[in-house]
Amino acid sequence: MPTVHSVLPSLAPLLPELILSVGVLLMILYGAWRGDRSAESVSIGALVLLLFALFVVLSQPTAGRVTTLSGAFVSDAFAKVMKSLVLLGSAATILLAHDFFKREQIDRFEFPVLIVLCTIGMMVMVSANDLIALYLGLELQSLAAYVIAAFHRDNAKSTEAGLKYFVLGALSSGMLLYGASLVYGFTGTVSFPGIVSALNENAGLGIVLGIVFLAAGVCFKMAAVPFHMWTPDVYEGSPTPVTAFFATAPKMAAVAMTVRVFIGAMPDVTAIWQQIFIFVAVVSMALGSFAAIGQRSIKRLMAYSSIANIGYALIGLACGSEEGISGLVTYMIIYLAMTLGTFAIILSLRRRNVMFESIEDLSGLSRTHPWVAFCLAAMMFSLAGIPPLAGFFAKFYVFAAAIKAGLVTLAVIGVVTSVVGAYYYLRLVKIMYFDEPKEPYEAMAPGLRVVLALSSVVVVLFFLLPGPLVGVAGRAARSLF
Amino acid sequence: MLGLGILSGLLIVPLCGAAFILTLKGDEESVARNSRWAALATTVVTFVLSLVAWGRYDAASASFQLVESHPWLAETIRFKLGVDGFSMPLILLTTFLMPFCIGASWTSIHVRVKEYFVAFLVLETTMIGVFASLDLLLFYLFFEAGLIPMFLIIGIWGGARRVYASFKFFLYTLLGSVLMLLAVMAMYWQAGTTDIPTLLQYRFPVGMQTWLWLAFFASFAVKMPMWPVHTWLPDAHVEAPTAGSVILAGILLKMGGYGFIRISLPMLPVASQDFAPLVFALSVIAIIFTSLTALMQTDIKKLIAYSSVAHMGFVTLGLFTLNEQGIQGALFLMISHGIVASALFLCVGVVYDRMHTREIAAYGGLVKRMPLYAVAMMVFTMANVGLPGTSGFVGEFLSMLGAFKANPNVAFFSTFGIILSAAYALWLYARVIYGKLEKPNLQGILDLDTREKLILAPLVVLTIYYGVHPAPVLDVFAPSTDALMAGMKAALANTQTAAAALPLAR
Repeated sequence: MPTVHSVLPSLAPLLPELILSVGVLLMILYGAWRGDRSAESVSIGALVLLLFALFVVLSQPTAGRVTTLSGAFVSDAFAKVMKSLVLLGSAATILLAHDFFKREQIDRFEFPVLIVLCTIGMMVMVSANDLIALYLGLELQSLAAYVIAAFHRDNAKSTEAGLKYFVLGALSSGMLLYGASLVYGFTGTVSFPGIVSALNENAGLGIVLGIVFLAAGVCFKMAAVPFHMWTPDVYEGSPTPVTAFFATAPKMAAVAMTVRVFIGAMPDVTAIWQQIFIFVAVVSMALGSFAAIGQRSIKRLMAYSSIANIGYALIGLACGSEEGISGLVTYMIIYLAMTLGTFAIILSLRRRNVMFESIEDLSGLSRTHPWVAFCLAAMMFSLAGIPPLAGFFAKFYVFAAAIKAGLVTLAVIGVVTSVVGAYYYLRLVKIMYFDEPKEPYEAMAPGLRVVLALSSVVVVLFFLLPGPLVGVAGRAARSLF
Repeated sequence: MLGLGILSGLLIVPLCGAAFILTLKGDEESVARNSRWAALATTVVTFVLSLVAWGRYDAASASFQLVESHPWLAETIRFKLGVDGFSMPLILLTTFLMPFCIGASWTSIHVRVKEYFVAFLVLETTMIGVFASLDLLLFYLFFEAGLIPMFLIIGIWGGARRVYASFKFFLYTLLGSVLMLLAVMAMYWQAGTTDIPTLLQYRFPVGMQTWLWLAFFASFAVKMPMWPVHTWLPDAHVEAPTAGSVILAGILLKMGGYGFIRISLPMLPVASQDFAPLVFALSVIAIIFTSLTALMQTDIKKLIAYSSVAHMGFVTLGLFTLNEQGIQGALFLMISHGIVASALFLCVGVVYDRMHTREIAAYGGLVKRMPLYAVAMMVFTMANVGLPGTSGFVGEFLSMLGAFKANPNVAFFSTFGIILSAAYALWLYARVIYGKLEKPNLQGILDLDTREKLILAPLVVLTIYYGVHPAPVLDVFAPSTDALMAGMKAALANTQTAAAALPLAR
């Protein structure tokens, strides 16, 4: 007679997701009961919940690889790192959003609830070990994201952003699903280990078609060229904390999902998908760097910057090697710190309850707010990849992997576009340091200070102690090969 | 102390000074005053510390000394510092020049004084780091990190076209350097480490050397700067504040030459030999072409900037003669130019602080009001020309001697550079110092004050001292140069025998 233990799947690897799911239900109940007055306490609750989940993720065993739910869900070192990044991004978003929404008078309890729901979706994406789990996670994440893009519902730009994101997102989900169905049709299985062994035997033209559609779907989610068109509009239209969220946590999840699909399920047909990602990396880096030059809005600028950054990160994936994935993970860790820090500063540009979003508004910031300007300058030099800041090491690891994999041309294009990119990052530094100051801004909210301080420490002091983070990325990459 | 050696100390002391200045609070006047003194104290302490390091250094040995190694990125990429005969003099030059830069900025910088000195101290750390690194990635890190403070120094405290100059400086050098980064990575995967002493022993395949050499060349040629990628230098020099120009001419330009001698020549000997004619051609063009350009300048700083490019042409010429005289001469010229060009920029700063113009035409007849200044300027102008008895002569003579041995034609053409340098330098001197004191606003100009005397006097002494007695510097270079020559000879002989043996093996 089967015991309870043999019937129920092992729940230990699922613990963080379960905690979040139960917690979010309680938050909804509490919010429905207390109404809008509960926004503050729900926010705090969500923050505590996310940090607790982060703690649980970090205390999961690092070594080994555990699957559950009949092999649909996997927990390994890679999942651990990417989930931590996702949770950090979500927790930081709640910190960033709190003061902003209160001042805009749209502080409703639904926002933290949606962030947590989105986070659960992302964590499932990160841990997915078959195509169905992947799609489930993706849709949970996407649906929550569409809503929060339009969270400022009385604002035309925000609703436009939400609608655009929804329509294009649905299209890309469709493409991804179509690709998944083709892969299923030609391999006869949805589980990643199953696909690996099926592809070992024969990889026909149908698989190529499936891979192309899958790649198109994931590229949309990562905002990589040529599926990037939504990014500038959505980034500009969404409320700024939501933009910060889109630029961080869902990016981590999308990249992790891409790695799961292509490294986890198709390691033996690297030659087929490698060329796709080489192309995507090159055009993302080039477009992100060149198109940002003309931008006047900081949020649009950050949108193009994120496109370029995904291009660099994808170099790591295009290598298809352990070094490449290790570089990719390092890149995402550092990218998270740089982006959160930058958005904390953008959110602090407020004077008499008006937000400023144009790059000229940074004029002379070094005179009025020397420390904020210093941090933003550090972020910009880091994004430009200038040592000794963290961004340099991010680029170093992906380019080094590319050189090892023999993708020298890709690396050369990468470094040249990074010089182009340096131009517009430098322009922000120029505006802050060389131009004449304007009226000072209001003091930063405490939540912003926390996020900015932590990310600045990572960005500025990474070079003193790079070992631990690089080691984590290396272990994560090893767990996939 | 904490397991850190004296070289780490040299890196940390300026940073501590910078951190201290950042914490200064109070009204603007007292912060400015305290920042100046703190910066001066920090640079003097750093200089003293570097003298202590020099005391512990054994100049007779060619090996790396004062080595310290700390865990960093990986077991094979470590935070490793050390000095040999090539790097020790350049570190001393750096720490020696820094107090003069602080002194030169004493009164001429009056806005955002605190940030200015912080930027300078951070810059000092990166410059010392470049010369003290014994790990290729660490070398790259310091090489590039120096761009940030220099960008800010030119952009914030520079002249009218400071924004253009700072962007040009930054992007030009960055574009050159990123290719070097790729070469560093390629070396890492090939040799399995970025440890410089290990790489010096490693023999890279000949085909690979070509590409690596070109990638490093892209970076060092821009930094040097060599014709035709020198155009950022005149802009940067003209717009930078006096102390910025001093550092640019004195130290930053030496990084390119140091890169050649530390990486290109010993690690990639076959490619260096193959590309030597290219370097000769570019050097000779640089020497003649930029000397002619210097003749036509109307801005004093720009003239000296072009003359720097011409002198750097002698340095590259000497380095790639691949013989002892040429290399020794090039190294000596680097040190000498570091002193002389810095001093010339300081001299320009002296009159710029008084008149706020760098136009040659705005001056004339200064000798009547400023006799001491005229004397100092005379010494440095003569050294710039390469007059025997000044330090400029020794370096130029030795590198031409080496060039003559390697290729007499190259030596012949480069001689024109010396004639032209006499023309532009003396003509500049004549127009600024001699002539009639006619301009009404020059009638009241004052001679050097105590601070300026203190700054210029040691440089005058050194210029003449090294001119008549260059042995102390040359003796430091000698063991490392010998080791380099021996290593290159062995590597080249090895490739030749391998090439000769190849048909036989078939």
